[in-house]
Amino acid sequence: MNHVFLTILLCGLATWLIRVVPFALVKAAKLPQWLLQFLSFVPVAILAAIFVESLLVYHAGQWPSVNVGNLLASLPAILAAIISRSLLIVVVVGIASMAVIRLLGWA
Amino acid sequence: MDGQLDFRAGLKDVVPTLFGYIGVGLAFGIVAHTSHLSVWLVLLMSLLVYAGSAQFVITSMLLVGSPIGAIVTSTILINARMSLMSMTVAPYLKQESFGQNILIGSLLTDETFALSMNKLNQTGHKLKPAWFHSANVCAYLVWAISTVIGALLGSLIPDAKAFGLDFAVVAMFIGLLYLQMITDRSKPLLRHLTVAGFVALLMIVLMRFMPGSTAILVATILGCLFGMAVERR
Repeated sequence: MNHVFLTILLCGLATWLIRVVPFALVKAAKLPQWLLQFLSFVPVAILAAIFVESLLVYHAGQWPSVNVGNLLASLPAILAAIISRSLLIVVVVGIASMAVIRLLGWA
Repeated sequence: MDGQLDFRAGLKDVVPTLFGYIGVGLAFGIVAHTSHLSVWLVLLMSLLVYAGSAQFVITSMLLVGSPIGAIVTSTILINARMSLMSMTVAPYLKQESFGQNILIGSLLTDETFALSMNKLNQTGHKLKPAWFHSANVCAYLVWAISTVIGALLGSLIPDAKAFGLDFAVVAMFIGLLYLQMITDRSKPLLRHLTVAGFVALLMIVLMRFMPGSTAILVATILGCLFGMAVERR
C-alpha cells in the first residue's frame, strides 16, 4: 500500500509543478511578444484538439477509428451551441442526445 | 456568462461544467473501486493529482504493477498540456500576488481554463482571483466528491452511460470551443476556424503514431505555430 501512496504523491507533485511553474515564470519575467502571440492561439487550438480526440479511438500502430456514438451526439450539441450560445443548454442537449443514441442502439 | 467577476459569478459560470465532472468523476470512482483502490486512495488521488485522464491511467498502471517511474512519466506526458494553459492564463493575473497566482494555478483544469478564456471576452480582458477561486474550488470539490461516491457505491450505481452522462464532458468542450471562437474578437472568426480545422486534421494524423493525450499536446503546439504563420502572412 505504501507503494501506491508514494505513486499518488509523486504524480500529484509532478502535476502540481506542471500547473504552477508557468505562473511563477510569468510572474518573474516579461513574456516576449512572439510567445504572447503563440499563446493567443492556445484556447481554440487546445479545445479543438480535446474535442477531436474524443471523436477518435486510438489503436497502437494503426489509424484511429471513429467513436460513432460521440460523433453522432456531437451534431445536435454543435447545433445547440450555434442556436443557444449557452453552455448549459449544449451540455443538456448533448447528454439527452447520447441517451437517445444509446436507446436506439446506434452506439 | 456576463462581465461580473465576483465570487457569485464564478459559481454561476462553473455550473454547466459540473455535469462533466460528475459524469467522469463517478466513472473514475467505479473504475478505481473495481481496480481495488480504497476509497481513501481515490480521495487522495482526486485531491492531489486532480486530473481526469491521468487518474484513469495511473489507476490502470497501478493495477498491472507498473514501476513508479513509468507511472509518473505517463502522468507528466498526459498533463504537460496544462502548462500551456497555465502559461496562457497567467499574464492576466500578473498584477495579483504570488500566492494568489500559485493558488489559482494549483486548481486550474481544462474546464476552468476554458471558462476563463470565455470570460475574458466578456470583461474587457480582465480576470479576478475571487471569480477564479470560486469556479476552481467548486469544480475541485465536485470532482473529489463524485469520485468518492463512485468508489463507495461502485457497482450499485446504474451505468451512467445509459443516461448519456459520459457525453457531458464532450458536449461541454463543444460549447466552450464554439463560444471561444465567436466571442474572442481579437481574431477574425475565419482564423479561429482555420486553426481549429488544422488542429482537427493534425489530430487524425498524429493519432496514427501516438495516443490521444500526447497528440493533444503536439497538435496544440503545431496549431499555435500554424496560427502565428497565418497571422504574419
